[in-house]
Amino acid sequence: MAARTLTIDGRLVSARAGESILEAARDAGIHIPTLCYLEGLSEMGACRLCLVEVTGSNRLLPACLTPVSEGMEVHTATERLREHRRAIVELLFAERNHVCAVCVASGNCELQNLAIRVGMTHVRYDYLNPVCAVDISHPQFGIDHNRCVLCARCVRACDEVEGVHTWDIAGRGVNARVITDLGVPWGEAESCTSCGKCLLACPTGAIFRRGTSVAELERDPKRIALIVASRQERW
Amino acid sequence: MSRITFATVWFGGCSGCHMSLLDLDTWLLDLASMVELVYGPLADRKTFPDGVDLTLVEGAIANLEHLELAREIRRKTRVLVALGDCAVTGNVTALRNLAGDPSGLLQQIYLERGDPPLAVPEAPGIVPRLIERVTPLHAVVPVDHFLPGCPPSAPRIRATLEALLAGAEPPEIGRFG
Repeated sequence: MAARTLTIDGRLVSARAGESILEAARDAGIHIPTLCYLEGLSEMGACRLCLVEVTGSNRLLPACLTPVSEGMEVHTATERLREHRRAIVELLFAERNHVCAVCVASGNCELQNLAIRVGMTHVRYDYLNPVCAVDISHPQFGIDHNRCVLCARCVRACDEVEGVHTWDIAGRGVNARVITDLGVPWGEAESCTSCGKCLLACPTGAIFRRGTSVAELERDPKRIALIVASRQERW
Repeated sequence: MSRITFATVWFGGCSGCHMSLLDLDTWLLDLASMVELVYGPLADRKTFPDGVDLTLVEGAIANLEHLELAREIRRKTRVLVALGDCAVTGNVTALRNLAGDPSGLLQQIYLERGDPPLAVPEAPGIVPRLIERVTPLHAVVPVDHFLPGCPPSAPRIRATLEALLAGAEPPEIGRFG
């Protein structure tokens, strides 16, 4: 496959044609923060954490969705990007009720880790404190909308890997919520196979195994990529 | 070495951050040689003194007394540190914001769910009135340093205090929760 040469943060990097900036950076050991990206799923560009600067473009571009091109100059960690990323994470914390101290995912949460990585010492915005439901109608799993960041990893894992599409997103803006089937309680969603891939994919404590208590939720989102890769090998 | 003046304050929190401070065990003796504790739950003093060098604040701003004292403390303190998640984020204390305005909340707790129903406590000048929304400390006064954690561990509190006492920047990042 044709190779492309580009620079990322001043380093010469070689990538395959068609590869994204994010993949090229990761192959070169350059870390770009992500949240809605999950290996094994399609890219969505929803969270904007992987935004990078590309010389010649005055817009910031999502690294997960932008293909590499020959001679491209990418900057992944400028002061402007660092400030945007911190603001994005703060806005996520302000928009729902992410109370780490009483969350099942504490210690195993991508949002909590991102806060540390982007240097979030505190949230400069007013907390919205929305009233959010917790749905534990499913016998094995629960969904706590207080912790949801609308990354749609559950939606994509269910659709693309399980092939079901029980999950989707309804509503707009701050009123957007992930839903099961046509907005029925999860326990009544007939399409759900109870496979648990949404649980694997969820980056926070939004989707949890019932009976899990504070900081007890452990799951490995890399298993989604493993499932996808194993199928490709076999079939 | 002359000792700096040091205060700690307990607002809307569970006192766990102060417990974590006490977990510093024998290092508290070293701390005592470097600071003079002038105000807080661990000192016997009714009013916040002038010219305090360093104040640690545990807890969120939940009532009028917290709000007024926070402003007074800010005026009288050189370096103000938000200690723990309630002071930094509102945390569990701020969960009551989900229940709407405090009068409805008090009504629910003391009258509707009280068994037998009690009266909503009303003692002007003694029981401070709840403010509309619980907020982090920095929402009402400027904060110099943030020390998250529920509670922040004793070693993290120590690292922050050691840096501040040495006139250095404390390690900024800590885990929430």
